[in-house]
Amino acid sequence: MSRFGDLKTIGVRLHHGDVSFDFVGRKKLWYSISALILLLAVGGLLGRGLHQGIEFKGGSVYTIEHTSASQNDAREAVAPFTDGTDAIVQKVGGDGLRIQIAESDADKTKQVAAAIAKDLKVAPDKVNTQVVGPSWGKEISKKALQGLVIFMILVVIYLTFAFEWRMAVAALVALIHDIVITIGVYALVGFEVTPGTVIGLLTILGYSLYDTVVVFDTVKENAKNITKQTKLTYSEAANAGLNQTLVRSINTTVVALLPVASLLFVGGGLLGAGMLKDIALSLFVGLAAGAFSSIFIATPILADLKERSPEMRQLAKKVAQRRASEAKAAKAGEASGIPADEAEGHPDVDETAEPGDDETVPAQGGAPRAGASRGRARTRPGGKRKR
Amino acid sequence: MAAPKSSSRGHPGRVLAFIGVVIVALYAIMFSTGDKTPRLGIDLAGGTSVTLTAKADQGRNGAVNKSNMQTAVEIIRQRVNAFGVSEAEVQTEGDRNIVISIPKGKNEKETAEQVGQTAKLFFRPVLEATPITPQGGTKLPLTPPSTPPASTPPTGAPSAGAPSASTPPATQSGKPQGRVIPNLKDASGAPTPPPSSPPASTPPATPPASTPPAGADANGITPELRAKYNNLDCTLPENRGLGPVPAPEDKPTVACSRDQGDGEEKYILGPVLIPGTDVASSKAQLPQNGSVGGWEVELKFTDAGTNKFTKITGDLAAGKYPTNRFAIDLDGVVVSAPSVKSEIPGGSAVISGNFTRSSAKDLENVLKYGALPLSFTKSDVTTVSASLGGDQLKGGLIAGAIGIVLVILYSLFYYRGLGLVSIASLAVSAALTYAIMCLLGRSIGFALNLPAVCGAIAAIGITVDSFIVYFERIRDEIREGRTLRPAVEKAWPRARRTILVSDAVSFLAAAVLYVVSVGKVQGFAFTLGLTTLLDVVVVFLFTKPLMTILAKRKFFADGHKWSGLDPEALGANQRQSYRSRRPRGRAAGVKEA
Repeated sequence: MSRFGDLKTIGVRLHHGDVSFDFVGRKKLWYSISALILLLAVGGLLGRGLHQGIEFKGGSVYTIEHTSASQNDAREAVAPFTDGTDAIVQKVGGDGLRIQIAESDADKTKQVAAAIAKDLKVAPDKVNTQVVGPSWGKEISKKALQGLVIFMILVVIYLTFAFEWRMAVAALVALIHDIVITIGVYALVGFEVTPGTVIGLLTILGYSLYDTVVVFDTVKENAKNITKQTKLTYSEAANAGLNQTLVRSINTTVVALLPVASLLFVGGGLLGAGMLKDIALSLFVGLAAGAFSSIFIATPILADLKERSPEMRQLAKKVAQRRASEAKAAKAGEASGIPADEAEGHPDVDETAEPGDDETVPAQGGAPRAGASRGRARTRPGGKRKR
Repeated sequence: MAAPKSSSRGHPGRVLAFIGVVIVALYAIMFSTGDKTPRLGIDLAGGTSVTLTAKADQGRNGAVNKSNMQTAVEIIRQRVNAFGVSEAEVQTEGDRNIVISIPKGKNEKETAEQVGQTAKLFFRPVLEATPITPQGGTKLPLTPPSTPPASTPPTGAPSAGAPSASTPPATQSGKPQGRVIPNLKDASGAPTPPPSSPPASTPPATPPASTPPAGADANGITPELRAKYNNLDCTLPENRGLGPVPAPEDKPTVACSRDQGDGEEKYILGPVLIPGTDVASSKAQLPQNGSVGGWEVELKFTDAGTNKFTKITGDLAAGKYPTNRFAIDLDGVVVSAPSVKSEIPGGSAVISGNFTRSSAKDLENVLKYGALPLSFTKSDVTTVSASLGGDQLKGGLIAGAIGIVLVILYSLFYYRGLGLVSIASLAVSAALTYAIMCLLGRSIGFALNLPAVCGAIAAIGITVDSFIVYFERIRDEIREGRTLRPAVEKAWPRARRTILVSDAVSFLAAAVLYVVSVGKVQGFAFTLGLTTLLDVVVVFLFTKPLMTILAKRKFFADGHKWSGLDPEALGANQRQSYRSRRPRGRAAGVKEA
């Protein structure tokens, strides 16, 4: 199973349930991992803050593409205009320079551009300038936030109608999770936040939910008549659905990340700083977080919420009863030696009963939250049916 | 939803032909209109873009609204175009921004600088007016007629500085600039006789405070002003578009009329009488009292403006032509200079003359803009040289190409023969996206900018994902023991639902982004939304019918090793047992129920 190159077989085995990763049952682990990352992210955000680009502070950027001048030359050229603050001078591409200063007065920036052209010996019209007023960033962020709130409200409404409210809540939690992580990564690594970043961040909204929705769609299908049987709890059915779409999730993430990675590479590698890189970077971080959250966060949360509902509690009780009696039967007919997995399952039952206590599954059944082993692939209890 | 399903099942060939026809038609339109490439944004083509953010004047909170912004856009557009940059784009963005995109070319820098300044509208008295057209000043009566002049438009270009200093001050206009009459709709509009106070010799419009400087003539025209007037060349664009330097409000100035050709004049104008912000409203209309005549413009003043206007019209009416006229001065050019026959109380007046519908609308806009309680600040000024723009475009295209190649390789590696289907679908999607982007350039002013390129590249993932969802469903069905043909049909309804639901979310994100966003975010959101829509179109009208057809091909139907549908490789169960291979939860539930 760990032979990852053998994607084909893993697809088969996942589908058949021969191989099953226990995502839902081990949610505590995922929650703690996420909590740790979130804590880091929030800590970074509060501690270090975001490194805002000039779009958020006001200022001007001058870009020269082909010049033999050094970064120091550039720094000297703009020195009279910086009022003692530091000019940020970056190499762009092979032989370009990008100079950023805090001056945002349109008349002054003309002089700056002229001085740069003179000192660095380039034609004045080869100096690309961008002047940003100090309130522009506020405007952009305000709009972004507005968009975020509107989008979240609409998505909750939409998902409530298309699926149910629990799925909407779970998807929303996963979404917020992704956004916080992305922002946190920006704070921790110190990437510059520009409108490009905001664009990328807002796109993550779509991507993250897109992924979650596809997973939920399968989960919903799997759990369609769940109350009419007693073999599986909701959590287990959800986990099965998750496993069935795992191949798709991996493929989708790879396929989505490939173009974004190439944007990042080309944007960062060939063009230096710029919008291409800014968008690609936040997309990359957000996509990775989105892929993680739709599997490890959204579905476990959904299962949690579901298990709290009366029908599912009842189901969990029934399943536990059935399993208990089956186990008894198995013990009685020990000689046959068939239920190897059942025997193996017992320690799991005991171990997983604990999370079951503080969750919703009644303790008396000792219901295996997912009836599964610790992250190892194994044949599930229900697996017998296919033979 | 039922329609595509049944049609693709029944006549997959027809559906494919349909989408083929659509693509051919789109490209035919593209080539016939010449829009063979998408319009490029400033960041890719080079040029300057200026973002102006509106701010309401103090105490006028509701001022930043849609109609005010639209008026501002109209005026800014005229100002930019008057500057000789006709390809410049002026658009609103969000609810309080105006973006002016000026392509690389002449006047680009100057325009960018000037355009950000808030336009100033003033009412100034006309001290002297000279028609510029050679034939000017010969045909028309002193009092502007209420019907359009029968004159043919003067021929010949206006000559620079043709009128000499000896032109008598009372030269008549080549075209009546209209006249102002009390608004007949208003009960108070009965014209009162002009006050007897100012004799004709008194400069009618000079504010009492300022006495004419030494050397000035009766109208307060100094020799310097006269020299400036004589040298004023109204054929130069800098004297016509955005005034070179805004004249001080309390000083006389010289100006050209805005409209070239017929009726072109140059003026000496007195100090500002009424600022444009005193205008309450304006409206282009046909005469309200049933009388015949062309278009006219109704003008209403605020309380402050009303008092000034009453007094000024009284003063002006006592003057002799042209000193009985006032000029509507927008940024140093005279938009209109109607004459006044009598004092107009009540703050409501009608400017009539030989207006056409569009010229009346234009004046209405000018007056409205002058009254806009908005000021604009430059939020973002970006100048991109053509070479940097080209580099960015190249970078985006290279990134896109690498991205697509990687996705194709992955598809082929993982899905083999099916990978070809996803490549073909991707190609159809790309062809549609490209054609629509080209065509939207003209119809809705869509310009491909860097964020839009990023959006398109990011959308590759979402597009291919739909194919992946479908393929995985098909493979699931084969694993359950179905042969390809039923598997393709059986998998479709489930895949379709997933694709629709997830694309709906993605589209929702793009739409919300587009509506609320400002700046470059919009371009990104637009591409993302467009590609998401096209994704649905392609999956329904191309991928599905193609699969239906391919399912009949031996290569795929027999599950060739390289088809990506090899039942053995997929680990399909024997046919007789597939029932039990339903997803566990459901199947088990049904059986046990």
